[in-house]
Amino acid sequence: MTAYTQGTKRLGLVIDLDTCVGCHACAVNCKEWNTGGHSAPLPDRDPYGADPAGVWFNRIHTFEAGEGPTSRTVHFPKSCLHCAEPLCVTVCPTGASYKRTEDGIVLVNADTCIGCKLCSWACPYGAREFDDDDGVMKKCTLCVDKIYNETLPEAERVPACVSTCPASARHFGDLGDPDSAVSQLVAERGGYELMPEMGYAPTNRYLPPRAAKTAKTCASLEPKIDPNALHPVLRWVDKFLSR
Amino acid sequence: MHPALSVIVFTTASGAGYGLLALIGLFNALGLIPAASWFGFWSLGLALILIAGGLLTSTAHLGHPERAWRAVSQVRTSWLSREGVAALLTFLPFGAFGIAWVFFAKTEGVWALPGLIAAFGSAVTVFTTAMIYRSLKPIHQWHNKHTVPVYLALSLATGAVLLNALTLIWGHPQKAVGAAALIALLLGYWVKRRYWHFIDMTKSASTPESATGLGARGKVRLFEAPHQADNYLMREMGFQVARKHAAKLRNIAVQTLFVGPLILTVLALVLPGPAAAFAAALAAASATLGVGVERWLFFAQAKHSVTLYYGATEV
Repeated sequence: MTAYTQGTKRLGLVIDLDTCVGCHACAVNCKEWNTGGHSAPLPDRDPYGADPAGVWFNRIHTFEAGEGPTSRTVHFPKSCLHCAEPLCVTVCPTGASYKRTEDGIVLVNADTCIGCKLCSWACPYGAREFDDDDGVMKKCTLCVDKIYNETLPEAERVPACVSTCPASARHFGDLGDPDSAVSQLVAERGGYELMPEMGYAPTNRYLPPRAAKTAKTCASLEPKIDPNALHPVLRWVDKFLSR
Repeated sequence: MHPALSVIVFTTASGAGYGLLALIGLFNALGLIPAASWFGFWSLGLALILIAGGLLTSTAHLGHPERAWRAVSQVRTSWLSREGVAALLTFLPFGAFGIAWVFFAKTEGVWALPGLIAAFGSAVTVFTTAMIYRSLKPIHQWHNKHTVPVYLALSLATGAVLLNALTLIWGHPQKAVGAAALIALLLGYWVKRRYWHFIDMTKSASTPESATGLGARGKVRLFEAPHQADNYLMREMGFQVARKHAAKLRNIAVQTLFVGPLILTVLALVLPGPAAAFAAALAAASATLGVGVERWLFFAQAKHSVTLYYGATEV
């Protein structure tokens, strides 16, 4: 139903912007798993043509932050944040958009969605994409069909984006439990939520890039010459050239 | 936001229809409009066409129009559901009022009551329509206190110029209806000016810095978009075409929705017979065009926070 109740378990992702290399592997594996999963298929129109279009649950943006030596290029994966206060759920007129009490995952029931697109308007983050072929809204399922799948080895029961990340920049767990590994990681690294001013209380957290080595540190690596330790001829050359 | 034609037609047509219905209900209770069956047939018939036609058009943008009946199930949380329920419930007094008037020539006393209830239902329905937009936090140009007054005032203004044209075309000049049209147009102009001032002078608290959380390092700019081609989010939320011509279109909306109909309605009040009817009909035609431009702008100038992830520097 469109009204929702808040459970204690809040499954979500923690994304490390310090180690993400922007390879798009998470987006590709997401597409691969989910085009055969809960919200399958994920459409692709004109995939090899000049103007391809299709549904992706996860997209990788790249931003530049700041100017000069302290600026940083940051690869920025973004998918559904499985908010604690999801307006996308409450605006739904049919109850097709819902939030699970048992783990906080936000899902769409494709059998009752009328395709009014209001939920995509209500999401500040752009987590929902419309499927023109099926006429229904689609979104990240947090791989609900993978994380509870007992036919898979236990180590594989994580979202596809997490299991594929070559840089281990993506972490999955219960952010409602302060003692969970992901909650500890967020506390240790100063993990934050996106657009807190919107008031959606997103579950997913982002870990900020670590402070970069400063230009000064780099300069100190330049070789230093002690003129007094040089051969007199070289000392004269050094003195001559240093003028 | 992408201005879908079906949503523009729906909100403007049903807005005018509900405004017309509400004013017919009120003026009938006051005994200020003709009680003849044919007048009821044509005026309520026009309201019905606008309302029902608008509602049907709105289903055209759905991915699954055949499931539209499901949309009335979530009145606890969804303004879209509440709009559906309000629209359907308003048809009950509307139908009773129309049948009693057109087929049994009953419009007075207790028979005016369904008209008043329909007027109330009309106001509630337009209010719920406006609240759909008003409640969307990611869109600063909608999520503000001006959205609801604009929808209500423009519904009243477009309905009033239609009623004025109807009474004059059928040869029943009524100064009170003309005066109501003038007041509604002035009210509409005032609230829309306030709305435009608000969206010109303010912007969302959200920025590329808050969207990415990278503001501590300085200004945040998009370096690379996720994909080379446009996606659904960019087409639906990142509409740009009309923004380029916003100033011109706003001027067109002011001239056709307010200035033109105001002058023509004054003319309709002072001119004799057919000339008055012609002026009032022109006022209605002009306002219909104008409210379409106004609604187009309402969408085209609405900036969604998701565009901050796609290169927008402010919303």
